Amino acid sequence: MIPGTFDYHRPASVEDAVALLARLGEEANILAGGHSLIPLMKTRLASPEHLVDLSGIGNLKGISVTGNDVVIGAMTTQFELISSEELGRHLPIIAETSRLIADPQIRYKGTFGGNVANGDPGNDMPALMMCLGATYAVTGPDGSRDIAARDFYQGAYFTALVHGEILTAVRIPIPSPDHGYAYEKLKRKVGDYATAAAAVVITMAGGKCTSASIGLTNVSETPLWASDAAALLVGTSLDKVSVDAAVAAAEAITQPASDMRGPAEYRTKMAGVMVRRALERAQSRAKG
Amino acid sequence: MNDQTKIDQDRAERTEKLQGMGCKRKRVEDIRFTQGKGSYVDDLKLPGMLFGDFVRSPHAHARIKSIDTSRAKALPGVVAVLTAADLKPLGLHYMPTLAGDVQAVLAEEKVLFQNQEVAFVIAEDRYIASDATELVDVEYEALPCIVDPFKSMDPDAPILREDIQDKMVGAHGPRKHPNHIFEWTIGDKEATDAVFANADVTIKEMLVDHRTHPSPLETCQSVASFDKVKGELTLWGTFQAPHVIRTVVSLISGLPEHKIHVIAPDIGGGFGNKVGAYAGYVCSVVGSIVLGVPVKWVEDRMENLSTTSFARDYHMTTELAATKDGKIQAMRVHVLADHGAFDACADPSKWPAGFMNICTGSYDIPTAHLAVDGVYTNKASGGVAYRCSFRVTEAVFAIERAVELLAQKLGMDAAELRIKNFIKAEQFPYQSALGWEYDSGDYHTAMKKAMDTIGYKELREEQAKKREAFKRGETRELMGIGISFFTEIVGAGPSKNCDILGIAMFDSAEIRIHPTGSVIARMGTKSQGQGHETTYAQIIATEIGIPADDIMIEEGNTDTAPYGLGTYGSRSTPVAGAATAVAARKIKAKAQMIAAHMLEVHEGDLEWDVDRFRVKGLPEKFKTMKEIAWAAYNSPPPNMEPGLEAVNYYEPPNMTYPFGAYFCVMDIDVDTGVAKTRRFYALDDCGTRINPMIIEGQVHGGLTEAFACAMGQEIRYDEHGNVMGASFMDFFLPTAVETPHWETDHTVTPSPHHPIGAKGVGESPHVGGVPCFSNAVNDAYAFLGAGHIQMPHDAWRLWTVGQKLGLHT
Ligand SMILES: Cc1cc2nc3c(=O)[nH]c(=O)nc-3n(C[C@H](O)[C@H](O)[C@H](O)COP(=O)(O)OP(=O)(O)OC[C@H]3O[C@@H](n4cnc5c(N)ncnc54)[C@H](O)[C@@H]3O)c2cc1C
Repeated sequence: MIPGTFDYHRPASVEDAVALLARLGEEANILAGGHSLIPLMKTRLASPEHLVDLSGIGNLKGISVTGNDVVIGAMTTQFELISSEELGRHLPIIAETSRLIADPQIRYKGTFGGNVANGDPGNDMPALMMCLGATYAVTGPDGSRDIAARDFYQGAYFTALVHGEILTAVRIPIPSPDHGYAYEKLKRKVGDYATAAAAVVITMAGGKCTSASIGLTNVSETPLWASDAAALLVGTSLDKVSVDAAVAAAEAITQPASDMRGPAEYRTKMAGVMVRRALERAQSRAKG
Repeated sequence: MNDQTKIDQDRAERTEKLQGMGCKRKRVEDIRFTQGKGSYVDDLKLPGMLFGDFVRSPHAHARIKSIDTSRAKALPGVVAVLTAADLKPLGLHYMPTLAGDVQAVLAEEKVLFQNQEVAFVIAEDRYIASDATELVDVEYEALPCIVDPFKSMDPDAPILREDIQDKMVGAHGPRKHPNHIFEWTIGDKEATDAVFANADVTIKEMLVDHRTHPSPLETCQSVASFDKVKGELTLWGTFQAPHVIRTVVSLISGLPEHKIHVIAPDIGGGFGNKVGAYAGYVCSVVGSIVLGVPVKWVEDRMENLSTTSFARDYHMTTELAATKDGKIQAMRVHVLADHGAFDACADPSKWPAGFMNICTGSYDIPTAHLAVDGVYTNKASGGVAYRCSFRVTEAVFAIERAVELLAQKLGMDAAELRIKNFIKAEQFPYQSALGWEYDSGDYHTAMKKAMDTIGYKELREEQAKKREAFKRGETRELMGIGISFFTEIVGAGPSKNCDILGIAMFDSAEIRIHPTGSVIARMGTKSQGQGHETTYAQIIATEIGIPADDIMIEEGNTDTAPYGLGTYGSRSTPVAGAATAVAARKIKAKAQMIAAHMLEVHEGDLEWDVDRFRVKGLPEKFKTMKEIAWAAYNSPPPNMEPGLEAVNYYEPPNMTYPFGAYFCVMDIDVDTGVAKTRRFYALDDCGTRINPMIIEGQVHGGLTEAFACAMGQEIRYDEHGNVMGASFMDFFLPTAVETPHWETDHTVTPSPHHPIGAKGVGESPHVGGVPCFSNAVNDAYAFLGAGHIQMPHDAWRLWTVGQKLGLHT
């Protein structure tokens, strides 16, 4: 539980950070809130020689609305996601999800950007970002680019980010004010990663589902976007047969590991239970 | 106001001022603990102090081909690297265990469990030490390992302990196999078998009390400082039994005992984990002796959970025989005990299976037989009493699950079956079939109070309705009602049956009254959070009439405290608490002589009144204890030694037998396996209650740990002997969010042989709690024909129960 030796850097701008990362090479790692990286360092599963701390870069923080999007700076803390009134108005599912991350102490330090960039399938925000169709803005030595959340996750701790790139902000389209939503997470205790979790956003009109999106947390190497499952719901009244079919489709794409949270079979079934419960709650919240 | 009222009022005021026994005195130690001002081992910083860290085995079972320390030694800041080769010439590569076995300090030829200590790096700081552990090159040849204790004694099982391979008689008799440690039996086998052969009804079940860990928040740690000039060793450490550690250090190091100063400062929880002696203690001592500077060793969380003393791992084949109408006639138990790689159980020396023979519980079972086989496996050693007296949680789990299974088979209510078989109040002192003499109890009264308070009848009615609703598909929730009526055996113990390494399990108190009437008292026990500084002072306050706030309690320094056997097995109050009362009474007797001299009357003319001796019939003629204290140093009676102090080494005539009635109401979500505790009611009878607030705190803490053990806490190994989940991410330590609300209650049946009638309470809630939770879970599924459901009852395992029963469509 003692990390190896490293040098610490605290640049004041994104440009400086990008330049530092380029200069220091592969042995440098970005440090945000440290609540995923430092535990890995303490068990020496990660031993970076340099840490480039982003906390000195002011413009990476904050939540704003631009056009039809909410834009969240990478260094915005998970606590700030809960306390933002504006975010609560447009995308209440983000606060609902944040509240289920770890515990208050971790949420004060842990960042939104770190949570989505980390690439751990246990993180809760990635599946939600896939569900919401978010876009990640990244800056690297070759300039800036956008990556869709749905294309970002490639394997455990393996993402579309190349070394030296910094995630600066996340852009999320604002759903219809009438949307229904829920994030359902099964965990063993406070501070635990999900045994399985599901993010659901739907819209309803005249008793029929007009759109649906489902994200799944911690039931595969990557977070999952259950597009087939969601498609089975559109046009239905969310009757039992349709929901059963969607749950089965969601379960079908899971490939969880067996761990202390339970065997793979259990975690697959829990993904299904979470989808079903999230759908029920989302439906009860949807207007129209 | 008449005179008598005035006298009564005055007496009440003086009594209240004492803050003695029975009052909810606030814990004096909390002033420092709640401000972060406690002083723990890791707070200690000595000039020139070095830091040690272990190289540990990645394998569960492997031969060590070579160890190369050269790269580690070359790292700047590394001072020394110890291996078995360095310890062997000193005879210290193995150390004796409390159970009569030996345990490797640093592995010599083989490693026997994952994370076993292989080398000890000593460096200028903790970071360098940790870096250097990665630079020690150890070549291993992996060997087949034994994880399942039932395979330990297979004819073709790999032999684990080559060091004792030829020693076919162990500390507790003959060994049946090189991987066998001992067989321990008690009771009348023939008579028991005969009852079973003719019984109306029998039940038989394998009840597993799975491997877990006491997991105190502060891990095990030590600082050794050897003064080469004086030839003296000072050893600070997380020791529940500092004097025993001093004796053990003397025996294994050859240093004379008077030149060893053992100090246990504030301890952040022990729960049995800090009773034993560990490789880290020995290596810090050796390091300091060799290098002549202080050496600190501090375990990290993973090391604590995976190496130092686990608890439980008892596989108990439990049988009951009964008449048709539910009178239990006999009990038969066989235990397979997984002790890991070394037998390092912390039990009194003659008791390799602890007090497992308390397993007949609260019931009048005339005939019984118990056999325990201990075996080696490729797991960490230990088997300590985790918040219980030796193997008492295991014993109570066996009987309290077994009576439920019997009730189920008989179609009888589980509470009714218990009541029918309780030992009756008039049967105490009660001789149990397996050799104990229960001191006192009134089980029927306690059970009735508990059932009335919880509304048992109504709960069963609600449950019946819920079960019907479940069958009709109207709910996906199952309701379980858990009961446990436990009898503990604590306060070890009488020298006729209890010793540790030959030292009788007495305990001690030394009380000194200063001339101004304030007091310092020292005991041979050692608080790890139990509140000794508060409660011992209350005993003395009541006994000698000096306010508790004027009494300082000190423990943990072997130079100043009288020899004692330490704190575990709920023995502090039963043994050192008794010593405290007896020592206080010696002081009071002397004080009476001084008072008589001062008042110029005969001793027999005096009577005690809260905080003073007064002349019978002349209430205005008295001397307070404070005045007497001054006189003891100023003008003692002729021919009397000056001073006012006393020591007592208390040899308990018997153990004490606390008991209680616990009820739990649980709701289980069949689809996820998540169990929610709706209610938990705990009625405890610990005899005389010294501080009701501390008792309640102990009950809350013990129940929380019981909840943890029953509902998810475990140390698991995969088939390769890799220890799973040895961090707080996986190891279930409930937070305030998960912890149920506790309802506490009590009855009072004093211990007849204890000077103040107190029995000890710190462990009852754990002992009684574990089976209560498990019974609630089992009760929830029982009507569906689930059979016995093993612990821990975490969500995925309960979901699996539902899956097997076809409850998930
Ligand atoms: C006990 C505990 C329980 C937890 N439980 C949960 C939980 O239930 N759900 C959950 O989602 N999380 C959980 N977490 C993780 C927590 O939310 C982390 O804060 C989060 O995963 C990472 O955010 P961070 O700011 O701490 O990132 P860091 O730990 O600093 O970084 C994580 C990784 O992301 C990279 N990174 C960080 N920021 C950027 C950036 N802007 N651009 C590019 N790369 C970047 C870092 O280089 C690093 O590799 C838990 C953590 C702990 C310690």
